[in-house]
Amino acid sequence: MIREADDELTIFERSRAGRRAFVAPSLDVPERPLDELLAPALRRAEPPRLPEVAEPEIVRHFTRISKRNFDLDTGFYPLGSCTMKHNPKLHERIAALPGHAHLHPLQDPARAQGALELMWRLQQALGELAGLPHVSLHPSAGAHGELAGVLLTRAFHEDRGEHRSKVLIPDTAHGTNPATVTMGGYHVVAVGTDTQGNVDLDDLRAKASDDVACLMLTNPSTVGLFETGIEEIERIVHGVGATLYYDGANLNAIMGISRPGDMGFDIVHFNLHKTFTQPHGGGGPGAGPIAVSERIEPYLPRPQVVRRGGGSDEADAVYDLDYDRPKSIGRLRGFQGNYGVFVRSYAYIRSLGAPGLREVSEIAVLNANYLLAKLRQEGVLEYLPAAYDRLCMHEFVLSGAPMKRELKIRTLDLAKRLLDFGVHPPTVYFPLIVDEALLIEPTETETKETLDRFAERVAAILREAREDPEIARGAPHTTPVRRLDEAGAARRPVLRQRF
Amino acid sequence: MADASYPEDLLYHPEHDWARVEGEQATFGITWYAQDALGEVVFFDPPKVGDSVSKDEAYTEVESVKAVSDVVAPLSGEVVAINEALEQSPDKINEDPYGEGWLVKVKLSDPAETESLLDASTYEASLQ
Repeated sequence: MIREADDELTIFERSRAGRRAFVAPSLDVPERPLDELLAPALRRAEPPRLPEVAEPEIVRHFTRISKRNFDLDTGFYPLGSCTMKHNPKLHERIAALPGHAHLHPLQDPARAQGALELMWRLQQALGELAGLPHVSLHPSAGAHGELAGVLLTRAFHEDRGEHRSKVLIPDTAHGTNPATVTMGGYHVVAVGTDTQGNVDLDDLRAKASDDVACLMLTNPSTVGLFETGIEEIERIVHGVGATLYYDGANLNAIMGISRPGDMGFDIVHFNLHKTFTQPHGGGGPGAGPIAVSERIEPYLPRPQVVRRGGGSDEADAVYDLDYDRPKSIGRLRGFQGNYGVFVRSYAYIRSLGAPGLREVSEIAVLNANYLLAKLRQEGVLEYLPAAYDRLCMHEFVLSGAPMKRELKIRTLDLAKRLLDFGVHPPTVYFPLIVDEALLIEPTETETKETLDRFAERVAAILREAREDPEIARGAPHTTPVRRLDEAGAARRPVLRQRF
Repeated sequence: MADASYPEDLLYHPEHDWARVEGEQATFGITWYAQDALGEVVFFDPPKVGDSVSKDEAYTEVESVKAVSDVVAPLSGEVVAINEALEQSPDKINEDPYGEGWLVKVKLSDPAETESLLDASTYEASLQ
């Protein structure tokens, strides 16, 4: 294993036989022979090789490595399509309340009424934002929500005696879309993109047929543009009897302004870890709830969180888990989902309210357009032109092709050089249809000063490259680990360290 | 990585593939432009000897640190050899795309197809 001079040892390498971080209290129950308690066949012959380390060493080790991490709490993180926005600290306090944090997933519904009410109310709020009435909180992440959507589509068609084989996906789609479709047992058919960055309607018409089960679409799309032909897309897709699936990765741009349900989508997934501020990217688990139309509702996963009784007097309402769903696609996971994520997302929705959520999207779009304009003012677009010259939504794509040709640095080099300035690089080389792509999503939680500084730094890196491209090609220079050998990691991965 | 080059003795397909035709047999590979656009190649998924390939259709995939991409056959025929060295060292596709980075050898079923391929200068002009 290659080490930097000041590299941190692993916790296993720090282990010294006999060191301890605690002293076990003396036994306060009668001692019994081990054989009586657990049959020898069920016991391991040797103790596991766990690190033996004293508490100060543990604290220092993990504190040191935590400081080497790049995170949203230390710097700007404009990672396109990932919505790396600030996660309000208030949410952590609420999620840590003992009633939330210590709740057992096997608790009887009668004794978990508060949690079930929170989940039910979250379902209502998400349904309202999507413009679709029925919500399941089951899926654990965006791609899991997609899988739920594909399985619901299959259940919907098969219940009507139809066996369709294809799912249409734009060529700009997130990689999870084709992967999910394949996992769901359908064939992927890619639909092209026109010169304006919209779905190519002629190509869509040519490929839509009664063998198509679904069109999966992201709107705004992965190039950060609103699909202006969405109504025509809806007519074409529903015209052949297929369902319309909304990938909610970019919902951050349209909350309270337009609703997927009103655009004609049948199934929507939400990324609670993007739009609704659950920490992600190593910060915690996600959640990918889905909202569906009336005709898809019978197939939703079970159990569903439901409210019974109460009527207008909410005080009498009882919350329960409904297993009586004969057409359901069944369980997608153990228990009811990542509950802590629901708490944070519900706290976010309730603390901002409907006008606040609308403002979130307005500022997300304003910030992206401001940053694009600022980059243009700084002369950056001369070398990194916008892939589509339109008003963007919450993110935009630049092409580094002229930069590579004229300044001899690639998009990857620019991204790595940004690390030296304390900025997390934007998404690179995605979407695939844009050469040397750079996908930038500033989010609504960044100040004008941060956006200005970012634009100035990119301009400075381009000026520097004109003088000496080797600086960017060798970047990063100031991070704990320098340029990673990505090809080496893929060709010769070290999957196991022995100690 | 060497600078861009497009050897005169090869024929080129617009999808950035080359063919070196020797009698009834040809060697296929991807061009300097293709390997540069892909970035570092980490995996080559070869067809099997005996497989038939059709001109203009994908016959294999290469995976780079950026993406997985189809490789299109410049001519039709039957695969008679694959470059087994690429299994251990797919980076040869980047380092020497016209030499050690060759992909397959094919027994041509229709040598007349070569007429539709491009020469080096025409292919290079198409990249501008």
